[in-house]
Amino acid sequence: MTTDKIIELKNVSKSYDEKPVVSSVSLTIKKGEFVTFLGPSGCGKTTTLRMIAGFEKPTSGTIYISGKDMTTSPPYDRNVNTVFQNYALFPHLNVYNNIAFGLKLKSIPDGTFFVDKNGNKFENLRKLTKDEIAAKVKTALKMVDLEEYEKRNVSSLSGGQKQRVAIARSLVNEPDVLLLDEPLGALDLKMRKDMQIELMNMHKKLGITFLYVTHDQEEALTMSDTIVVMKDGIIQQIGTPQKVYDEPANAFVADFIGESNIFSGIMVTDFNVKFCDHSFECVDKGFKYNEPIDVIVRPEDVSILSSDDARAALLATISSCVFKGDHFQITAIIAGGEDYEMLIHDNVNCRPGDKVGLYIKPSDLHIMHKARIINEIVTEMWDTNTVEICGGKFPCQCDLPSGTKVKVSVDFDDVIIYDDENDGIIGGEIVNTIYKGNYYQCVVRTDTYYDFFADTEDEWLKGDRVGISVAPDKILITKLEETI
Amino acid sequence: MKTYITNIGSKLVTKIKGFRITRSVFAYPYVLFMSLFVVAPLVILLANAFISNGQFTFSNFSDLVRDGASLKTLSFSILVGIITTSLCLLIGYPVAFILSKWSSGRLIVLLFILPMWVNFLIRTLSTRYMFEALGIELGIGTLIFGLVYNYIPFMILPLHTTLSNIDKSYSEAASDLGAHSITTFLKITLPLSMPGILSGITMVFIPTISTFAITQFLGGTSAHLFGDSINTKFEHQLYGVGSVMSLIMLALVLVSNYFMRKTNRGEAARNLW
Repeated sequence: MTTDKIIELKNVSKSYDEKPVVSSVSLTIKKGEFVTFLGPSGCGKTTTLRMIAGFEKPTSGTIYISGKDMTTSPPYDRNVNTVFQNYALFPHLNVYNNIAFGLKLKSIPDGTFFVDKNGNKFENLRKLTKDEIAAKVKTALKMVDLEEYEKRNVSSLSGGQKQRVAIARSLVNEPDVLLLDEPLGALDLKMRKDMQIELMNMHKKLGITFLYVTHDQEEALTMSDTIVVMKDGIIQQIGTPQKVYDEPANAFVADFIGESNIFSGIMVTDFNVKFCDHSFECVDKGFKYNEPIDVIVRPEDVSILSSDDARAALLATISSCVFKGDHFQITAIIAGGEDYEMLIHDNVNCRPGDKVGLYIKPSDLHIMHKARIINEIVTEMWDTNTVEICGGKFPCQCDLPSGTKVKVSVDFDDVIIYDDENDGIIGGEIVNTIYKGNYYQCVVRTDTYYDFFADTEDEWLKGDRVGISVAPDKILITKLEETI
Repeated sequence: MKTYITNIGSKLVTKIKGFRITRSVFAYPYVLFMSLFVVAPLVILLANAFISNGQFTFSNFSDLVRDGASLKTLSFSILVGIITTSLCLLIGYPVAFILSKWSSGRLIVLLFILPMWVNFLIRTLSTRYMFEALGIELGIGTLIFGLVYNYIPFMILPLHTTLSNIDKSYSEAASDLGAHSITTFLKITLPLSMPGILSGITMVFIPTISTFAITQFLGGTSAHLFGDSINTKFEHQLYGVGSVMSLIMLALVLVSNYFMRKTNRGEAARNLW
């Protein structure tokens, strides 16, 4: 084990009541790095942080801190400190005593040695003296610019000041790793920007490893050395901010970080992709021929040309143009197709209705495998012409007898989503919606934790309860051979 | 004279005509009830304390001081109050603490309150018969048992409310900063639950001193509390001295109320009632 790795997670999983929150997370964090866990709420980032801090025990997997297995160690045995989202400053102690709390409990080697009966040599420990504590607290307060606040009651502090005290309280213990759980969430925008810069400066100055949790992609891109993008308890991508932004690993990452156009397409051959009913040259290869893929185009990678420009790969009609300070945000409808929409950031001012040409560099087309191309569920026949899917009885056209093991396939197009849960055969919750140029792809999680992918015309709000049904003739059923 | 009367009459008529049902009108019955049954008795009590044989006097106070027995009962009551309160705190705190950690805590708290719905005379009498059946002689021990049994919900409830309202992240933060569970309890949880402890103490201590029914059922012949003495004085028609003793009780209540308010701004108590 090299000393270079400060934290290592190996296949760490956590579930509450059988419901997985974090699934098989593995990652290494190098000493002195600023790592950010980024993801939407409920993606397991905070739970992962709390497992590193020791507040939660993983259901399975191992956590190494400084090379030692610390999976089940209590928080007080770990040399990591946490800055809580709600600060958690002790209300009955003043600023000084809050910061001194950890120091008063600390024991340090006093330089003398002690040899026990078996000849083992131990270094004697002692508590810090009052003066040492006072000096350290002073330094910590100075670091966060709160020198005059020692005697203040914590309830009399503003949000930003509380935040600083919380950071000072953690850093004064000189931890190997500082864990920050959405520490800037409760601050206003201006304050947040200032604190971001201060945290980055502190990180540079102290050389302590920072592990930061946020759902704010901009914060993550600004501050981190490494970003870990998470969704549904699974790591989607680990990389530098640049890499995560420029080469997102999948449609989710692309959608979550920055704005992007996501289209469904087909990889015709190597270096040739087809989407929006047009063929494009690209730099990707190694896909199967005619494999369905997702194409991601960043709005700033699309250039607007005049419609008669020879380089224009696409012709489009401008539908809106909004001034955004340093660029125009333009929406264009691509001509000759099924009204695909393209979001563009450019410095050209256009008017709605203008006909323009669009150009995208081959290297700016990001092509990725689809997470899934069809919904597939292994289940049983409920009865002849009825199949059980996720606890619901779906009528179908299949004469297999009750109890037969079958595989059910449903196309994304054929999943019907109802506003009212009771209109569908089963209910579910929208967990994700991605706009794909001219339709929305949403993911509906049923009560049995199966994710239905559905292509719909309407946008569904994340977190909404909806009903799901499928027309009987659209349910494709294949009998599974009994395997023993 | 006549005009004067008609004047008053017409004023009254306009008053009655001007009478409208406003929201404050609904408070009148309550105000009337309170002044009749709470304020008036207190005034009578106060007057009684300074009247002896129809004359204003301080003799009731000197009588009480000279009558050593009553003062002895008072100090004995305070002692019993302290013992009962300490026992309630010692038993109630761990119970409230464990309950606040459990998710099913509320249900179990309900189980603790449930006996309170049974009339306390019935409960106390049953306890007495239980002791008699077991052949245990009634005395100070049985009295304290009865008091603890009766008043422990008043200790657990405010404690439970305070403890379960303490944000879990405080003890997590303490543990994060290097505190073991015992240190965390002593340095964080205990100080933060102080308002609950204080209101629990007040709610057990005062009723214990002034109780008299429980002593009559469970105290046997030896144990008398201050409440019994007051009762006895009134039974013997010594209204003056009895009133003075009641005033002492009242003073105790006011003093403890003052401390409770000062320390926790009435939070826990408000949650309970």
